[in-house]
Amino acid sequence: MTSPDLAVEHKEPGFIGKYLFSLDHKMIAKQYLLTGLVMAVVGGYLAYVFRSQLAWPNQPVWGYGSVGPDKYNSLVTLHGTIMVFWVAMPVLLGGFGNFLIPLLIGADDMAFPRLNMMSYWVFLLSTVVLVASFFVPGGAAAGGWTFYPPLSGDPSYTGVTWGGHLWLLAVALEFVSVLMGGVNFLTTALNMRAKGMTLLRMPLMVWMQLCASVLFMLSVGPLVAGAVMLLLDRTVGTGFFMPKAGGDPLLYQHLFWFFGHPEVYVILLPGLGVLTEVIPAFARKTIFGYKAIVYSTLAAGALSFIVWAHHQFISGIDPRLAMPFSLTTIIISVPFSIVIFSLIATFWGASIEYSSAMLFAISMLAEFLVGGVTGIFNGSAAADIYLHDTYFVVAHFHYTLFPAAILAMFAGIYYWFPKMFGRKMSETLGKLHFWTTIVSFNVIFLPLFAIGTHGHHRRIYDPTQFDWLKPFQHLHVVATIATIVLLLAQIPFIVNFFRSMFAGEVADRNPWKATTLEWTAPSPPGHGNFDRPITVYRGPYEYSVPEATDDWLPQDAPA
Amino acid sequence: MSVAAVAIPEREKTSLPSGRLGMWWFLAGELVIFGGLIACYVLYRLKHADWAEHAAHVLWQAGAVNTIVLLTSSLTIVLAFRSVDEGNYKKAANQMALTIAIGFLFVVIKTFEYTHEIQAGITPKTNLFWSFYFLMTGLHALHVVAGLVAIAVVMIGVRKGQNLQRVEYVGLYWHLVDVIWIFLFPLLYIASG
Repeated sequence: MTSPDLAVEHKEPGFIGKYLFSLDHKMIAKQYLLTGLVMAVVGGYLAYVFRSQLAWPNQPVWGYGSVGPDKYNSLVTLHGTIMVFWVAMPVLLGGFGNFLIPLLIGADDMAFPRLNMMSYWVFLLSTVVLVASFFVPGGAAAGGWTFYPPLSGDPSYTGVTWGGHLWLLAVALEFVSVLMGGVNFLTTALNMRAKGMTLLRMPLMVWMQLCASVLFMLSVGPLVAGAVMLLLDRTVGTGFFMPKAGGDPLLYQHLFWFFGHPEVYVILLPGLGVLTEVIPAFARKTIFGYKAIVYSTLAAGALSFIVWAHHQFISGIDPRLAMPFSLTTIIISVPFSIVIFSLIATFWGASIEYSSAMLFAISMLAEFLVGGVTGIFNGSAAADIYLHDTYFVVAHFHYTLFPAAILAMFAGIYYWFPKMFGRKMSETLGKLHFWTTIVSFNVIFLPLFAIGTHGHHRRIYDPTQFDWLKPFQHLHVVATIATIVLLLAQIPFIVNFFRSMFAGEVADRNPWKATTLEWTAPSPPGHGNFDRPITVYRGPYEYSVPEATDDWLPQDAPA
Repeated sequence: MSVAAVAIPEREKTSLPSGRLGMWWFLAGELVIFGGLIACYVLYRLKHADWAEHAAHVLWQAGAVNTIVLLTSSLTIVLAFRSVDEGNYKKAANQMALTIAIGFLFVVIKTFEYTHEIQAGITPKTNLFWSFYFLMTGLHALHVVAGLVAIAVVMIGVRKGQNLQRVEYVGLYWHLVDVIWIFLFPLLYIASG
């Protein structure tokens, strides 16, 4: 013991200390993961309700009742909010980040375990506040997930008073929780690495988590200020964003998207990080262009701060601003192309094993490509003036966020489940889950591109009110049936997840024959993670090494 | 399941101790919160020349005194840091107590200002300038109060000779609070036109 921060506690915690107020990064990760998955069910249910309203307008929805225009707005608002802030962020950052950062760098825990526990409990509090907002008089917030004023600035405009206040409070608490987590991630990865784990030997997942944490930290501040200002507008009656008092609603949009665009990458980067671990392991090849991926990620992170106004091309910004923001938006696809092409190049000449994790990883690449390519239409100001706020945009961002958050999440869960719980998940159920999920997802969103290009606005609660939208009604029905299939397709996953936890095939330390450090620890790792001292001698992806007795060398294999 | 403790002999790390590193990241996060708020204020102020007549009603004398008060408290916390370095924990704790007293004086003067303004009928709803004034100084005052609590907690440890590294970290935070005020004072109290 050389210094106090290296001390590993010997005390065996009781039930409450182990499962509720745990200081162990692995238990905190599981808490985040489970909370995120539960919220995914809530978010999916909301999507089912409003999609049913769109397909069969004004019919009572099974399991909900009749929707009505005011509730419709609440449903879409909370669907977006939950999926971004209460599913993607807790699973990808809170879950994978907490579980993997210490294990991947060879540390025994996070740098600040108490801060880590606190970040989860603040997150849980934010979840409770958000869920409570469904049950207050007036129902949940109905201002859209971006919560633009003036609509959101005065409770009488949407008829939702407490729901809106609680929404702002919940989002602010969630931000605080992620900020605390980010301080921990950054300090841990910079100061807790095992001997020999230089920065450029870190698995790419760690780089992605770090970059995501820095992006979040540097972009969220102005929106925290903006959220406080908006809350004062709603409660005290100030006019920060209200034109009637001299305020400017456009300012809120700037604050929101200055955060909102980096936020897309806060979600995307950990998703890509899952791929950088899963693909080499099942392709049995070293990753193509490790340094190119690191530097491209950093470049994309820097660029993500100067693209935000592409969300505001029709909000009345100065047209002279539209062109530079179009340019930076199109430039940012260059570093991301480098990352994506590097991942694709990793498949070249590989001996690929199509496990469930790998299938989800490959599909994430393919589907994200569709999202990325359609983003170029939106990024160009001229095209965006037509496409803005149509279903084309809805389809586009679901083709980016569904792969980044949901497909990558499944890839990660199938891949790291043996390390988390010491047992493997069923491959048969995994493949059933994969094929039903991926087909139904595409059947939902491909039709939405079509109706979007015909000019179908995204915030219409009853499309049959308009004669010119009637020819597309059958596409709404197709998309809604596919939504129901997509939700049912998650049943094999839920069964697989909980059954495998107790009855799955027992996994040894390294079931996938992978090279990174988490696989040298026991499955599941005990308190303190590693049962022997770790020294790192090589890079993270040494697969198919000719001189090795197996075809791979773990990072701690001596040179 | 518990694995026997493993003392990891060496780590790859930066030259900064984890506590200081974590504190810098936290301060970076704080800086963008206030940075965003200040940027909003400046953008509005440039558009609204008429705010000058509202700004004329702030008690700039109280603000100026408070600037000196807060700067003095930054001095005493640095002195406490030096005393810890010299191993004189009792002196350090006393200097921290002095910091808390001076910080408290800042809050008292601020409260006096708010009272004066509210009695004159000025509230956050009066005008956007006052909305910003109350929001920015209020958020800053909350940070001052949080800092006073943090310094008190650290001081109790220092008196017992425990967790001495925290004096530096709480000092860093206190400097941030100070620096933010250095921006707020000219922007809210002495800018005209």
